[in-house]
Amino acid sequence: MNLTYNGEAICVDSEQSLQQIIVSKGAKPPFAVALNGQFVPAGQLPDTKPNSGDSIEVLSPIQGG
Amino acid sequence: MSSSDHEQLNIYGEYFDSRLLIGSALYPSPQIMQQAIHSSGAEIVTVSLRRQNSVSAGEDFWQLIKETGLKVLPNTAGCHSVKEVITLAQMCREVFKTDWIKLELIGDEYNLQPDPFGLLEATEILLKEGFKVLPYCTDDLVLCQRLADLGCEVLMPWGAPIGTGKGLINAYNLKTIRERLPEHTLIVDAGLGVPSHACTALELGYDAVLLNSAVAGAGDPVKMAKAFSHAVEAGRMGYVAKAMPEKEVAAPSTPTMGMPFWHQN
Repeated sequence: MNLTYNGEAICVDSEQSLQQIIVSKGAKPPFAVALNGQFVPAGQLPDTKPNSGDSIEVLSPIQGG
Repeated sequence: MSSSDHEQLNIYGEYFDSRLLIGSALYPSPQIMQQAIHSSGAEIVTVSLRRQNSVSAGEDFWQLIKETGLKVLPNTAGCHSVKEVITLAQMCREVFKTDWIKLELIGDEYNLQPDPFGLLEATEILLKEGFKVLPYCTDDLVLCQRLADLGCEVLMPWGAPIGTGKGLINAYNLKTIRERLPEHTLIVDAGLGVPSHACTALELGYDAVLLNSAVAGAGDPVKMAKAFSHAVEAGRMGYVAKAMPEKEVAAPSTPTMGMPFWHQN
């Protein structure tokens, strides 16, 4: 199925969890995840399965003012 | 004793010696960022979250910040809706492991002016979720009062729009907020350009200043950070010492008694 990962179109197995998708994309901690604009706590990533067309955001620390 | 009379800066029950909060953005290099933060004497540094595939987001930056040993204040910079700030605040809490959130909700792209209506809505939600909200707001007295009514113990009105370096463009408003909210911790956030701006904010009774561009954008950020540190200290000391009453007419400082040639011509 087709998803958006940090603004990039990707295609994944429909059975994959958020955790598996993020690992497959090589995300390195620390990070936090949102699905369709909603925060998904780290503990829920293995049990959350996105639907086709969903948008995943994986955010990490950056400079801020 | 009002909040501004305490010897240390109080942020939701945590106390700090430094009254300067510093940002981590826009420095010429990561090394200069570290040196400037150290030179400022700040005990609190602001950070943010961005997509991991964006430039410089990730472990390397986070490691540099951790090496400073400072308390981290995450922000929600760049958000334009209540939904965005709520989600980003929740993500910040997980990554940075703090309930503190510098709540930024932009209402106008031209001058990056905070959205007061959305700010109130988001603040109420986040306070109920256990966040310790530090709202970046305009210098509007009623907005600050409403934020205080919701339960904010710290308020951060702007000195001027972000990155302008214009200083305290409405000192009257800032002074009024200080007088009307004597028990709250007040921090001037954004718009400062030179150390005297910070000094004036502290002289007005503000508890601290938060700045980034004024240091990072200086010709010598490390030296400017030190200059702001001194300015904040001077302003605070001047406030505590209580300034003389301002007068409309001149009053001689040298005694007139015993003045020679008095009315002889």
